[in-house]
Amino acid sequence: MSTTAGRTTAGIDSAHGLELLRQMLRVRRFEEKCVELYSATKIRGFMHLYIGEEAVAVGAMQALGPEDAIVATYREHGHALVRGVSADSIMAEMYGKVEGCARGRGGSMHLFDAATRFYGGNAIVGGGLPLAVGLALADKLQGRRRVTACFFGDGAVAEGEFHECMNLAALWRLPVLFLCENNRYAMGTAIERYESETDLALKAGSYEMTAWSVDGMDVLAVEDAACRAAAEVRDGDRPCFLELRTYRFRAHSMYDPDLYRSKEEIDRWKQHDPIPALIAQLQASGILNDGQLDELERSIEQEIEDAIAFAEAGTLEPDDELERFVYFEGTAP
Amino acid sequence: MSVAPAETITYRDAIREAIREAMLADERVFLMGEDVGAYGGCFGVSRGLLDEFGPERIRDTPLSESAFVGAGIGAAMGGMRPIVEVMTVNFCLLALDQIMNNAATITHMSGGQFAIPLVLRMTTGAGRQVAAQHSHSLEGWLAHIPGLKLLAPATLADARGMLAPALADPNPVLIFEHGSLYNLEGELAADAGAVDIERAAIRRPGADVTLIAYGGTLPTALSAAEELATDGVEAEVLDLRVLRPLDDRAIIESVMRTHRAVVVDEGWRSGSLAAEVSARIMEQAFYELDAPVARVCSAEVPMPYPRHLEQAALPQPGKVVDEVRRMIGVPSDE
Repeated sequence: MSTTAGRTTAGIDSAHGLELLRQMLRVRRFEEKCVELYSATKIRGFMHLYIGEEAVAVGAMQALGPEDAIVATYREHGHALVRGVSADSIMAEMYGKVEGCARGRGGSMHLFDAATRFYGGNAIVGGGLPLAVGLALADKLQGRRRVTACFFGDGAVAEGEFHECMNLAALWRLPVLFLCENNRYAMGTAIERYESETDLALKAGSYEMTAWSVDGMDVLAVEDAACRAAAEVRDGDRPCFLELRTYRFRAHSMYDPDLYRSKEEIDRWKQHDPIPALIAQLQASGILNDGQLDELERSIEQEIEDAIAFAEAGTLEPDDELERFVYFEGTAP
Repeated sequence: MSVAPAETITYRDAIREAIREAMLADERVFLMGEDVGAYGGCFGVSRGLLDEFGPERIRDTPLSESAFVGAGIGAAMGGMRPIVEVMTVNFCLLALDQIMNNAATITHMSGGQFAIPLVLRMTTGAGRQVAAQHSHSLEGWLAHIPGLKLLAPATLADARGMLAPALADPNPVLIFEHGSLYNLEGELAADAGAVDIERAAIRRPGADVTLIAYGGTLPTALSAAEELATDGVEAEVLDLRVLRPLDDRAIIESVMRTHRAVVVDEGWRSGSLAAEVSARIMEQAFYELDAPVARVCSAEVPMPYPRHLEQAALPQPGKVVDEVRRMIGVPSDE
């Protein structure tokens, strides 16, 4: 039984179920297009794909309101899209154009958007956790009932910053929702090869915070867990930790030849692809028919085509503005 | 002009008064760091503040430099005005990821969307026989980083007056307090207020040579200037005050007057702030120079424990005097 928006006791709420599907498909199709654009050298630098992990960002984001903050990693296209950063501005960012959500200064790994309280795109593993702790501290000190959602990968758990931040957030009872996206690999090193204890929720739980593991390939399970955890953070005045067990279907980055895992393993996980799973569930419940799915795909394709056109038409910042934004222009809010 | 009476105060007291004033003026200001509360600060700077402001605003932290420095960055982005104390510059290396990869980059990486009004205070420097993990002057390393601002108060007025403008600045500002200065005592107007955090300052005018110093080397340079005066050599002493961005104009204008410069820097010579200042003089005032720029820096060793070796490693007034005499052809005492 669940009381979250995604489910009723009778099953999936139809409008909400379709919205979850739409968000996951947007992220999937957007990134599939990014691969083409990368091959066409329109997007450069490092690019890390979220394909396979969409249920995590889509499910978790349902627990957040516009007042909440998000700190994400370098694998954050999906998080930004679902949070409401426009596909136009994300694509323009990847093109390095002024119209990008960070004026083109950040690129794929550093999407930022003050309007949606999206605090990046952090490309140092574990580096975003202290920021999230600080954002939550600011909320606590100012008496604001807001949640800071901090996404990070399993690799971050081996960093000192992870342990420092678990301790500090729990000690100071800060409203941080720690969302560990466990895709089983720190770049190319399997979790069994770098963690003495691979039950990450158990680790986090040792810091006196509620922590549990969730099937990260099931968007409804993620949503349900995230809503419960966010409620505990918001109302219980304490952090919470979720380990979202997931898998990336693509290589670590566009540079990765993916030599460290077997095709069989990848294929096995693809059997749990969250998108076909939700489609099947929605179809079985009579919520989704083939015509609706086609229409959904068409509208997403249009959104992405529009984003590409927007990015193509964008402007490159003139060289003489190179040294802008090293220091903040204006007074701090 | 100040009309308030002058009072005797130490450098330590001046910093504490600056923190008190900032906390009274703005509820968003809070202090956090290791032992800033119950202990009163490793160097006694925050003694009494816990009683006055309570544990929410005077926050003792775990020994987790990366987490609490990063939390300061996050809190600044979340609308607070944190003052984060790191015990010594050596310990700030444990937070260098946050300082370099977040504090110095997020404003730029975000295309100017986010301000980081953070003040990071730390002790620097040697002279107390605390050996090779508590004594170094790593300001030069941090001054390398665009996106940061660095201040080095060397006077009571600066200790008292740099914090308010640093907190008002929308960028991360690092303040280096030299350990040997905390007991510096002198008179300061009771209502001494904010000072500028952009310009270098001439602490002693002179026409024959410019001694360029900052933080803990300001007393060294002033002492050298006194001794040189007995030879009839008038040294101008320029206190850099701001280590990034450097006040090129003040440096070059002084050198244009004196035509000679000695940079006195407690950092190691290789890749030092002294190297940077020297290069800028070379670039901008080469034809004004009557002699090559000289540097008096720390010996290139990890700081040794015995007093005599520590003193031998540090810039001393005598070494500065010797450089100047050599430069202008005055015979040395020997």
